[in-house]
Amino acid sequence: MSISPAEIEVILLSLKVALWCVAISLVPALFIGWLLARREFYGKTALTVIVHLPIFLPPVVVGYFLLVTLGNRGLIGGWLNEQFGISLIFNWKGVVAATAVMAFPFISRAIRQAFEAVDRNLEMAALTLGRSPLMVFLTITLPLIAPGILAGATLGFAKALGEFGATITFVANVPGQTQTLPLAIFSLMETPNAESALWRLVIISVLLAFAAIALSEWLTRRSIRKLGGRA
Amino acid sequence: MLDIRLKKSIAGFHLAVEFKAEAGLTAIFGPSGAGKTMIAKMLAGLVRPDDGHILIDGRALFDPRKNLNVPVHQRHIGFVFQEHRLFPHYSVRGNLAYGKRQAARTASPIKFETVIDILGIGSLLDRQPVSLSGGERQRVAIGRALLSNPKILIMDEPLSSLDQARKAEILPLIETLKSEFSLTTLYISHSIEEITRLADTILLIDKGAQKGVGPTADILSRLDLIPYSGGSDAGSLVEATVVGHDRSYHMLELETPGGGRLYLTGPAREPGSQIRVRIRARDVALSTTEPKSLSILNRFKGHVVDHCTGTEGMEELLLDVGFPLTARVTRRSFEQMKLKSDARIWALVKSVTISPS
Repeated sequence: MSISPAEIEVILLSLKVALWCVAISLVPALFIGWLLARREFYGKTALTVIVHLPIFLPPVVVGYFLLVTLGNRGLIGGWLNEQFGISLIFNWKGVVAATAVMAFPFISRAIRQAFEAVDRNLEMAALTLGRSPLMVFLTITLPLIAPGILAGATLGFAKALGEFGATITFVANVPGQTQTLPLAIFSLMETPNAESALWRLVIISVLLAFAAIALSEWLTRRSIRKLGGRA
Repeated sequence: MLDIRLKKSIAGFHLAVEFKAEAGLTAIFGPSGAGKTMIAKMLAGLVRPDDGHILIDGRALFDPRKNLNVPVHQRHIGFVFQEHRLFPHYSVRGNLAYGKRQAARTASPIKFETVIDILGIGSLLDRQPVSLSGGERQRVAIGRALLSNPKILIMDEPLSSLDQARKAEILPLIETLKSEFSLTTLYISHSIEEITRLADTILLIDKGAQKGVGPTADILSRLDLIPYSGGSDAGSLVEATVVGHDRSYHMLELETPGGGRLYLTGPAREPGSQIRVRIRARDVALSTTEPKSLSILNRFKGHVVDHCTGTEGMEELLLDVGFPLTARVTRRSFEQMKLKSDARIWALVKSVTISPS
């Protein structure tokens, strides 16, 4: 059994999409996580609901919303298309957008919980030692929430690898363009006499999942050990 | 020099203090919940007062009339917290160096090597905070605050999380630091013992209200303040001079300000050196005649200056025996001995505590 170039294309596209998904989500998730953990403001409940909505909505509904807003005739999508010539429809950027929206609540939630677990007293102590609030954030808060950021990133990566409903609704199932692993598996299930190809992708999915879990466990243990805790 | 006036109300608790303190160590003493830590946090800028002002060596840190509230990191106030608050992701060296930038900007009189040496933490530099014992952590925390080269140092019950043995180990270090760096220090404690040993000035507070402020010996000899200066543990402070040591009796001889001698067992000390002696009021007995054939060595001749009724059938007295000395006797004895102001007495001191060298 050997892997065909088409299958390699699927795997590479999936990894690329998942990495981009985490990359573009991380900074906004850090901001939202910080906002929800540390600040009291008008509309906090509304923001919490909006951020978590993709977890509770059927993915198809999220995909439909994306089509309406980010599609070429959508409110934001139309503007992007006119101003910058950026189109998200039927290409990998659209897959990144769909997976990012679906993964964002998981990433921001992990980061928010990490912020909430930080001992604020350490930050106060750092301020009394004459470091500015920004420096305190960079040298105390950020290193202390690093395991949480890592956990969020892993969760987001896994979510992006497995995302199906929102992707297929928003950008359809175009081989070489938007066909990630789950979409390819779905296509093969509908194709007669493609069992062996189907099984190869299923096994690859399982292996990728194991690799992601192992990597995140290793990173988490390493950062906990650095903080002096037991792992 | 501290010039401080603070007002703050939080959830039914009202705090109001106003005091000035010279350089040296100012102690804030009061029971838990009196508002001691609140004062410290307001000075450091961690809590905003409702009203008042904070002036340190002429520099205003808080003044609502001028719309001034200097942020925490620009106040140059070192803070040693009740818990060590070491950064878990930095080594001991990294923790100690954390405030160094501030120190580098101003020519710091506080040298790294000196601090490490006095605190005895040289061998811990490459360890992580998690691997240190409680006493070691607090010593590193003290070093970290000092090395940020603060204008004043606040120590908020730095010994309260430690056991008796650790306390006994760190208290002398604080005394050494005090004499070595002559840094204006605010020391918060609910142990009158620690405060009697360390403080130049005492501020007594209770339930958010200031009860008295002034030089340590003066405050401790005020009968009206006894409920706030230690209650049944209250006592007076006398600075005595070492005059000799009798090796065969293992006994130290001290001269008190009035010329009276104080004998206590212990190792020899440098003759001429000053020792702080704390004498609890309940350890002082009185006699109207010169006591003969008594095992108590320390006897001082003097007279009663003032007295007032204390709690639980006791009478509190202020004596002049060459130095002010407080005594506590039962009201029954007080009346039977016909004691009153100006009465001639002999004060018998049953036990004293001194600071170890």
